Amino acid sequence: MKPPVFEYHRPETVDEALSVLAEAGTDGKVLAGGQSLVPVLNMRLAAPRHLVDINRLADLAYVRSGPDGVRIGALARHAEVERDGPAHAAVPLLRQALENVAHPTIRNRGTTVGSIVHADPSGEAPAVLTLLGGSMKLARAGSTRTVPAAEFFVAPLESALRPGELAVEAYFPRPPDRSGTAWREVSRRHGDYALCGVGVLVTLDDDLRVAAARAAFISVGPTPVLVDLTDAVAGQQYDAVDWSAAATLARDRIEPEDDIHATASYRAHLAGVLLGRAGAEAAGRAAA
Amino acid sequence: MTETLHETRLVVNGVPRTVRVPARRLLADCLRVDLGLTGTHLGCEHGVCGACTVLVDGQPMRSCLMFAVSADGAEITTTEGCRAPDGGLGPVQQAFQECHGLQCGFCTPGFITTITAYLRDNPAPSEAEAREAIGGNLCRCTGYQNIVKSVLRAAEIQGEVVP
Amino acid sequence: MFGEPIARREDPRLVSGAGRYLDDLGPSALAAAFVRCPHAHARVTDIDVTDALDVDGLVAIYTYDDLADDTATRVAEPLPLLIPHPALTQPRTAYALVKDVAKHVGEPIVMVVATDRYVAEDICDRIRVSYEFLPPVVGVAAAREARHAVHADVPDNVAAHLLQEVGDARAAIAAAPHTLELDLEIERSASMPMEGKGVYARWDAADASLRVYSSTQTSTSVRFALAAKLNIPVDRVEVIAPDVGGGFGVKIVHPWPEEVLVPWAAIRLDREVKWSEDRREHFVSSAHERGQQQKIRVGFDDDGRIQGLDVEFWHDNGAYTPYGIIIPIITSTQLLGPYKPGAYRVEFRSLYTNTVMVTPYRGAGRPQGVYAMERTMDAIAARLRLDRAEVRERNFIQPHEMPYDHQLTFQDGRPLIYDSGDFPASLEKLKKLVDWDGFAAYRDAARAEGRRVGIGLACYVEGTGVGPYEGAHIRVESSGKVVVSTGLTTQGQGHETVFAQIAADELGVPVEDISVTTGDTRRFKYAVGTFASRAAVMSGNAVALTARKVRAKALRIAAEALEADPGDLEITDGVVRVKGHPPGASGGEIPLRTVAVLSNPLRYAFDEESKRATQFAVGSSDKPPVDEDDEPGLEATDYYSPMQATFANGMHAAIVETDPETAEIKILRYCVVHDCGPMINPRIVEGQVHGGVAQGIGGALYERIVYDENGQLLNASYMDFLIPYASEVPVIETDHLETPTPLNPLGIKGAGEAGVIPGSALLASAIEDAEGITITRMPMSPSDLFHLRQGATE
Repeated sequence: MKPPVFEYHRPETVDEALSVLAEAGTDGKVLAGGQSLVPVLNMRLAAPRHLVDINRLADLAYVRSGPDGVRIGALARHAEVERDGPAHAAVPLLRQALENVAHPTIRNRGTTVGSIVHADPSGEAPAVLTLLGGSMKLARAGSTRTVPAAEFFVAPLESALRPGELAVEAYFPRPPDRSGTAWREVSRRHGDYALCGVGVLVTLDDDLRVAAARAAFISVGPTPVLVDLTDAVAGQQYDAVDWSAAATLARDRIEPEDDIHATASYRAHLAGVLLGRAGAEAAGRAAA
Repeated sequence: MTETLHETRLVVNGVPRTVRVPARRLLADCLRVDLGLTGTHLGCEHGVCGACTVLVDGQPMRSCLMFAVSADGAEITTTEGCRAPDGGLGPVQQAFQECHGLQCGFCTPGFITTITAYLRDNPAPSEAEAREAIGGNLCRCTGYQNIVKSVLRAAEIQGEVVP
Repeated sequence: MFGEPIARREDPRLVSGAGRYLDDLGPSALAAAFVRCPHAHARVTDIDVTDALDVDGLVAIYTYDDLADDTATRVAEPLPLLIPHPALTQPRTAYALVKDVAKHVGEPIVMVVATDRYVAEDICDRIRVSYEFLPPVVGVAAAREARHAVHADVPDNVAAHLLQEVGDARAAIAAAPHTLELDLEIERSASMPMEGKGVYARWDAADASLRVYSSTQTSTSVRFALAAKLNIPVDRVEVIAPDVGGGFGVKIVHPWPEEVLVPWAAIRLDREVKWSEDRREHFVSSAHERGQQQKIRVGFDDDGRIQGLDVEFWHDNGAYTPYGIIIPIITSTQLLGPYKPGAYRVEFRSLYTNTVMVTPYRGAGRPQGVYAMERTMDAIAARLRLDRAEVRERNFIQPHEMPYDHQLTFQDGRPLIYDSGDFPASLEKLKKLVDWDGFAAYRDAARAEGRRVGIGLACYVEGTGVGPYEGAHIRVESSGKVVVSTGLTTQGQGHETVFAQIAADELGVPVEDISVTTGDTRRFKYAVGTFASRAAVMSGNAVALTARKVRAKALRIAAEALEADPGDLEITDGVVRVKGHPPGASGGEIPLRTVAVLSNPLRYAFDEESKRATQFAVGSSDKPPVDEDDEPGLEATDYYSPMQATFANGMHAAIVETDPETAEIKILRYCVVHDCGPMINPRIVEGQVHGGVAQGIGGALYERIVYDENGQLLNASYMDFLIPYASEVPVIETDHLETPTPLNPLGIKGAGEAGVIPGSALLASAIEDAEGITITRMPMSPSDLFHLRQGATE
């Protein structure tokens, strides 16, 4: 299980990286954390002609928090995002979700932006971006564009990133005031891909009743499944929300599949259960 | 059709080393073959078992999921580098021996480095924390019982040493 | 030293990165890789290597035709049938490289040798093999149905059919007050050691000798096999097992295709060649185990005592049968556990499928047998509304009935006679450890909190220490160091330590002065191997017997030197002294190292010790320096060969909690009581139990080898074959009994497989207790449990 030959580029600046990527076109692949890419190479399931190693681009190794939310550069490792105090204060869901990504050793190297671009239907980071309505900044030689989360995830393992582009930043908006979030997932072993997972955002009004609620599910569709649950739970007191109607709503929207680890109907069942648990937790946090 | 060799500088267990390796040479193979440090082992080559875990600039990482060239300029610590300065067993290694924390020893290098880094940042873990700390490495022999004990014993040993 | 939990002697090198595993050797060897069949059943119609020929670093490419052309060797013949049996009427083994038809995904078709593994894999990628697809047979049901055949000349896919019976079970069942029928299934799993297989070969052309390192459980047998296949005199072949990263049974099979081909290539190329199996290769080309379908009929009385037990099962043996039918024979016999079921009938068919072959994985058929029996016990208890422990107790063989003859034939071809064991005492200890009687109250308290818990129980008996023999050689050197060698191998069992402990006791030498070598044919040539929980019993006793011989010789020589009677001498701390003689005082003692020198009456003093030895006068001029029936050297060889296996036993209990909503399964407590007789090193035994338990839990709740209907292995990676991490294995609580065996000099039994044997039976029992739903099929995932619940409420 050794990787195939590739031409290796290690640009020292972002401009250099973009120039190499432009030239490589469809034959180019970015190497950031490598925790998803290198297993694929070791198993020879893919053989990109050009690998562009961006680990020298120190300018992209940032986690910036501000009043509008958190901006994460391409080279920020999951572990750094997880540990970042201001990021956790601004967008708690990041740490809540990312501590479920594989194991700490993987998180030491894997990048949050990389995992978003990888667009695995079981990935936590794509779901967080989707739930919070964030966006991706994609750069190519000469220009940048911003793609909102709703348009970024196209199909399993396929994002809106085009050949020649480098995802340089992920932006996670700060949730509204009096909001709470939670993340729940069930996996076979601790650290495995989730059989089903959900992030929930609950916003309360001044009387601590639900004003808005939405959820993003993983592992139950080709991309993260975003469901607006407001109609099902609006107006309910935060500590007495009946999540079952929300669960029914969600189950109508998800498209789970069978695999060797779990059936589609079990995943659908989990979606409802986890939604209830995460919802209650998020609502509790919103009230605190 | 020979592959380009990239000159790569690593500081391995405190010693500066320079290798000339193809870009696709995994860090694990560079350590084992180009540098002769066979203590680091390959159990799966897809990042799950953790036997290949080394410290890169002090952080545990899977050396089967990194190319040596990507690690250019980094400080790498392998299980060999976790020995005591006099070449004897380091505290984590000693704890493993005292607690029967290994049987075949194949997964052990990944545990040694992971635990070394963990205890540096968390010098007094509880049993639950110790179990969590080793939660990303597979062992087929021990059932993990004595590895958890080894973490706690290593913490004790390190606590006993006057800095 | 016997009974002392000393730290292991092998640990310092293993923990510090100084271990020498197969891939650590031969850094400048050429690398081998293989083109393996991607289809489950296919005829190879063409192999086109054109695109591979110009790859830099290519050294050689071999196919079956190259093997066939080499008439000087036997490499073109099928690999050997290691364990024939009269009931195995249709044995089949593979060729080292596929000859015409590949019968499972993963069979090697082309061997590539190159400058390194990366390049070798590049070359493999460029070799184009053409196939004609043949219909694959996957799973026991399809094999039984036999619409297609795995081997054209075995149309019903039945490799073997064996019936054993004692009494008339069917009549007994018919006459019994109660009967039950169970249809059970247990799915395929695998050993999965962290280190795969590996072979490294060095040919010395000048000497015409071959040295092979292999990550094997039986270097002595590999040696004989290679000598035969390569047509080299046995004394020109040496095989060494280096440090081995786990075996768990899979490395007992031999010779693997690669074990033949790598040395063969090394000889042809006159170069060192090495092959290190990667993880994917291990999944598709080593061996699996455990898959069976079982049908049980049992007749019992109002007290739950079994009057007749009728078992029929179908065993999936994969595409080939090199290891014969050992596994289903073990299932058949060890199914009985600690019980005496009146009349017993067991019939099995071993079936071919187009999947990886099935050879022993720790437990080797016992887990399946225990599963069948323990599910039956639980079913009887449920039917009669009796306590599950009570039902088992009523069926136990009692201590006074030992030795107990089941009148069946065990896997070693010898009678299945339990030598010792106290099953009631084991169960008593277990019930106390887990607080069996207090569980009802615990369950009520949990229920009040909305939690769902259950308790399970499973008992087993394990035949250990099977023959035919093991041997040892011990030599005391003039330095005083003691060198012990035995032929079987080590994969983490601490043999360097436990055999040293035995030798230390028998010889009276500090354990630090003793070194132990295992698995090296240069050091010891006759052995069987490490498997079936036999190493401590077999080599342990051989070491003891050999040490006694060395001790006797030492005392004889020392007695002459000290002018004393051997019966008045003792050895402590490596010094032979007259009993009662104050240590250090002259005249009444002689160090063992000096005795060693004296034992070898050389003309030349080549070191300090031999110079010193001249102060002792031995021998007289009316005898030759070396007596007629004597040999130079303070050394001896001896063998231990048992009349039959010795039977260890164990009982496990577990408390599980299931999530009422998500159906996740969590083990709250796992308790083990085991009895392997006196333990040489209790910490090492406990470690073996821990590891086995983790594998048992893995097999019950996480691990499952999954083939699709086309024979594709769907989970050929650690991402999808779920070996438990520390988070999945609870704290394991152990207690033990020690009923010694009268069968061997040390009175010990084996323990290597103990931990894994009852895993699936136990957790089925516990989950069933938590859920109130009958469980017939394992392993059990949350998804499986969810669907079982759905089924139960419909």
